[in-house]
Amino acid sequence: MKKGNGLRLVALYGGALLTAVFVLAPFVWLFISSVASNADLLSRPLHWWPQHATLQRYLTILTTTDMNSAAYTFRIALWNSLRLAAGATVLSLAVGVPAAYALARIGVRWGRVATFFFLATYMLPPIALIVALYIILGSLHLRDTVSGLVLVYTSFIAPYVIWIMRGYFLSIPTEIEEAAFVDGCSRFDTFWRIALPLSLPGLVTTVIFAVLMAWDEFFYAMILTSSLAAKTIPVAIAEFSGQHMVDYGLVAAGGVLAALPPVLIALLLQRYIIQGLVAGAVKG
Amino acid sequence: MSSTQKRWSGRREELILALVFLAPALLVTFGVIFIPLAEQFWTSFHRYTLTIPGRPFVGLQNYLSALSDPTFWQAMGRTFYFTLVSTGLELILGLLMALLLNQRFRGQGVLRALILIPWALPTIVNGMMWRWIYNADYGALNALLTQLGLISHYHDWLGSPWMAMNMVIVADVWKMTPLVALLLLANLQTIPGELYEAASIDGAGAIGRFVYVTLPWLRPGLLVSLVLRTIEAFKVFDIIFIMTRGGPANGTQTIAYYTYTQAFSSLQFGRGAALAYLTAMFIVLLSLVYFRLIREDVYS
Repeated sequence: MKKGNGLRLVALYGGALLTAVFVLAPFVWLFISSVASNADLLSRPLHWWPQHATLQRYLTILTTTDMNSAAYTFRIALWNSLRLAAGATVLSLAVGVPAAYALARIGVRWGRVATFFFLATYMLPPIALIVALYIILGSLHLRDTVSGLVLVYTSFIAPYVIWIMRGYFLSIPTEIEEAAFVDGCSRFDTFWRIALPLSLPGLVTTVIFAVLMAWDEFFYAMILTSSLAAKTIPVAIAEFSGQHMVDYGLVAAGGVLAALPPVLIALLLQRYIIQGLVAGAVKG
Repeated sequence: MSSTQKRWSGRREELILALVFLAPALLVTFGVIFIPLAEQFWTSFHRYTLTIPGRPFVGLQNYLSALSDPTFWQAMGRTFYFTLVSTGLELILGLLMALLLNQRFRGQGVLRALILIPWALPTIVNGMMWRWIYNADYGALNALLTQLGLISHYHDWLGSPWMAMNMVIVADVWKMTPLVALLLLANLQTIPGELYEAASIDGAGAIGRFVYVTLPWLRPGLLVSLVLRTIEAFKVFDIIFIMTRGGPANGTQTIAYYTYTQAFSSLQFGRGAALAYLTAMFIVLLSLVYFRLIREDVYS
């Protein structure tokens, strides 16, 4: 028995260590690449630990005024991504949360059918819409604008908001809302003052996922943007890592900056993320 | 009391409010999804090529020519390969990871947080990172394998079609395995401990407990992961774009990427629209089969 336990412990901690290395090593290498000098990066045999480390690339991205440089593009693209994520999250919630409440409370019979209808839009590959969207947005002068992308992103984030929030609203006992009714609250007031505050954890989860989805999106952004007016950070990274003379260190620094917001959100708000992942998957 | 009851279910007021609440969502869905979808459906029956003037109606010709084009079927084949291998690996590794995280050990909480990092990394950053790791001249993979004495000279990991496809799959598996692990872990935690005790008393060893208790209970989690991952994998585009642009020699050209090149590089919008509809039909079909499976699973 004792011997078996010892073996089990070795396997357990060995497995844990292996998993940690597997998960961390690539990202750590990306970070090292972003601070190592070019001489270190291009050395053979490779210096795993840089002989000359520098934060210069981050500084350049954050301060450069050279409008033709990759670093400048990264900074503007980060700013565009930030505006886009904020705008898409706000609009998706404004559109999705009331719809979710209506589908959960008013007209229960059709609630499930309609929720499925919204969810079905989720399965469509973006490629099935993109040619038409490209033409329509162009004729509305919304191509290559952050507002245009906010609108497009809302179309795939709002169904997710509806899906998750309807579940939260359904979990609130109707007796609480009926009691508010007896006290003279209107239907809107019960939504605004009772149901919404009670589903706050759901709202937090939803906001997190909305931000992450908007931050990660690439396909629509690549097709629908063409200049610094709306180019997002994934588009900028794809553009500069595809060139022949790649400045690996700089692209790595751009990558780390692009990864920082979602990675920090994931680490700090882990509890909500796991809740959201499980809720999102199980309800399907 | 009876008057409030009446007000609660007052049909007209309820209906109006419901419509007001639903209107913005319907508007966005129709404006940004259904109108483009219908528009593109219409386009798919026309020859609409930017370099050639005119937009004649050609019936099913775009669909027929796509279906009779070997390039389409090659892309389909590669998509199936990508989907099968990446989903399979993600399920196996995810299950192992979930079983590990379900044990009690020191540092368990930290590890559970760390595995969120690959999942949180933006897809494009992930692809760029792996492309850099695979770099033929300065890549970390070449350096590691050389220094360990496993290879004698640097390889161009993304240089040949078959190898490139597998290396892209590795990058995808690295990012998505943690998601599967977390879903399965949540499922594992619902298994009552008494079941394991009962199985032990009945003389089941570790393997017996896994086969007779864990696996049957994990069915819903495994099924959901399978559905989510296959549908996503079938649509794969971003990681292909950033890592290989469908190359070399079209070796990583999946169906979504092929459709994209037809529509946006060749500017054959009609043909692109038809291809997109074919892809969408495959995905809807796949989803229907899966939903059937899940429903049967729930009600059996």
